[in-house]
Amino acid sequence: MSTENQETEAQFESEEEKQDSQEKNSNPVKAEEAKLKAKYPNLGQKPGGSDFLMKRLQKGQKYFDSGDYNMAKAKMKNKQLPAAGPDKNLVTGDHIPTPQDLPQRKSSLVTSKLVG
Amino acid sequence: MHHPVKLGANDVQWCFSQVKGAIDDDVAEADIISTVEFNHSGELLATGDKGGRVVIFQQEQETKGQPHSRGEYNVYSTFQSHEPEFDYLKSLEIEEKINKIRWLPQKNAAQFLLSTNDKTIKLWKISERDKRPEGYNLKEEDGRYRDPSTVTTLRVPVFRPMDLMVEASPRRVFANAHTYHINSISVNSDYETYLSADDLRINLWHLEITDRSFNIVDIKPANMEELTEVITAAEFHPNQCNTLVYSSSKGTIRLCDMRAAALCDKHSKLFEEPEDPSNRSFFSEIISSISDVKFSHNGRYMMTRDYLSVKIWDLNMENRPVETYQVHEYLRSKLCSLYENDCIFDKFECCWNGNDSVVMTGSYNNFFRMFERGHRRDLTLEASRESSKPRAVLKPRKVCAGGKRKKDEISVDSLDFNKKILHTAWHPQDNIIAVATTNNLYIFQDKMN
Repeated sequence: MSTENQETEAQFESEEEKQDSQEKNSNPVKAEEAKLKAKYPNLGQKPGGSDFLMKRLQKGQKYFDSGDYNMAKAKMKNKQLPAAGPDKNLVTGDHIPTPQDLPQRKSSLVTSKLVG
Repeated sequence: MHHPVKLGANDVQWCFSQVKGAIDDDVAEADIISTVEFNHSGELLATGDKGGRVVIFQQEQETKGQPHSRGEYNVYSTFQSHEPEFDYLKSLEIEEKINKIRWLPQKNAAQFLLSTNDKTIKLWKISERDKRPEGYNLKEEDGRYRDPSTVTTLRVPVFRPMDLMVEASPRRVFANAHTYHINSISVNSDYETYLSADDLRINLWHLEITDRSFNIVDIKPANMEELTEVITAAEFHPNQCNTLVYSSSKGTIRLCDMRAAALCDKHSKLFEEPEDPSNRSFFSEIISSISDVKFSHNGRYMMTRDYLSVKIWDLNMENRPVETYQVHEYLRSKLCSLYENDCIFDKFECCWNGNDSVVMTGSYNNFFRMFERGHRRDLTLEASRESSKPRAVLKPRKVCAGGKRKKDEISVDSLDFNKKILHTAWHPQDNIIAVATTNNLYIFQDKMN
C-alpha cells in the first residue's frame, strides 16, 4: 500500500515539473526574472527605479577625501606606501594617490584609425 | 513573422563597398565609434569617436569610366573636436567622447556641423582652400618680409591654384548649460536654432549666440528621491519649427509645441503603448527605455528604438504605435545574463531611408536589421571582414532561437555580445548605408544593374 502511495506521489511531482517547464516556455522573461532573483535575492525592490537612474546621473563623478589622504599619509610615514590596487580609478581610503595612479587625461594626439 | 527576403529584380541587393578602420582585434578605447551621420546631400559622412575626434569622408564624383558604381567615400577632413576635461568644482570627469554630430544645411561654400560631448556643443566650420595669393610686394613667397628699399616695381598679387586644403575651425562653443549629460542635439528647420537635451533638461540655442540658452523642458523633480524617469533622446520636427519630441527611460514619448508656453513641461501629446500587466517583470522598465527617436523625413511619423524592438508611431495616434518590428526577440530568454553583463543597457540607434519606406537598426554579433514597411519584410545582414570583397553581395543571416539549427543559421548562444552595432546611417537619397561596428566603419550600397 505504501509503495502505491509513493508511486502516486512520484507521478504527481513529475506533472508539476512538466507544468513548470511549460510555463518557462510560454514566458521566458518570467523565467529569466526568477533566475536573477535566485542569484541576487537582495536586488532592489524598485526595478529600473531611482538607484539605477541616480547611477546614470552620477557618471563621471570622482571622489577624493583630503581627510583620508592626510590620515593615510600620517599612518604610512614610517611604512612603505601602499600601491594602487588593480582598479586604479578607485582612489580612496588608505591608498595614497600619486600622480602615476591618476588616469591619463591627455587628449589623443593620434589620428583616428579610420583615416587610411 | 519572418519572411525570407526574395532577392528579385525589383528588390535591393546589398553589397559591400568599403570598410574603414584597423583590422586588429585589439581595440583602443579612443577608436570606438560613437556617432555616424550623413550630411543633407549625402556627399559627406561624419563619424565621431570616444577619443573626441571627428573624421569626415567625402563621396568621390562619379567617374565617366565607371557609370555603374557610385563614388567611394574618402577622407576629407579630420580634427580633434573635444578634449577630456575635469570640472574641479564638481569633481566631475568630462569625457571627450562625441555623443552626437548633426550637420547644418549648406548655405555657402563652407560646411557646418554641430558636435557634442557630455557637456559642451561646438559648431565647426569645414572649408576648402584651393587657391592662394601670390606675388606680394613686401613678402617673399616663403613669408619672409622683404626689405622695402629693395622694392623697385609694384605688382598686384594674384590668386593661383594650390593643392586642396580642407580646414576645420571651431566657430562657436556652447558651454556651461548642462548639469547632466547631453544625449541629443537637433537642428531646427528654421536653421537658426537648435536644441540640446540632457537627462533632465532640454535647452534651446541660437546658432549665433553662445552665452545664453533657453530652458524649454525641465523634468527634474524638486526632491531627487522622487526621480522616476530621465530624458533619453530629443529631436525637432523636420518641417514644423515649433514642434519637438523627447523620449524617456520609461518608454514614453512626449511631443511639445513651443508656441503653447515658454516652458514646455506640459506636453501636447503623450505617446505610450499600454503594457499588459501580466507581462510585467523586473526587466519591463529597462527594456522599454527608448534609446533613440527619429522623425520620418516627411514628418508624419516617428520611430522609436527600445531594447528589443523598433516602433513606428503616427503623430496623430498616441495610444499605440502603428507598426512594431522585433529586432532580436530571441534575447527575451537571455535577459538575466544580459542584465549581468550590462548589455541590457546598450543604446541602439535607428534610421529611416530617404523615402521612409525602410527602417534600419543594429543588433549583436555585428548584425544589423532592416524592416521594409510596406511589404512587412525584414532582413538581417552582417558587417564583417569575411564578407568584404568589393561589390560582394551580402548574404542574409538568420538566428536560430531554439530547436534544430539549420545550416548557415547561428544559434543564440553563439552570438558575440561584444560585437554590437549601435550606430547606423542611411544616405538621404540613395541606397547607401554606413554601419559602425565597434571600431570599423562599413559602407554598403545596393547592387547597380
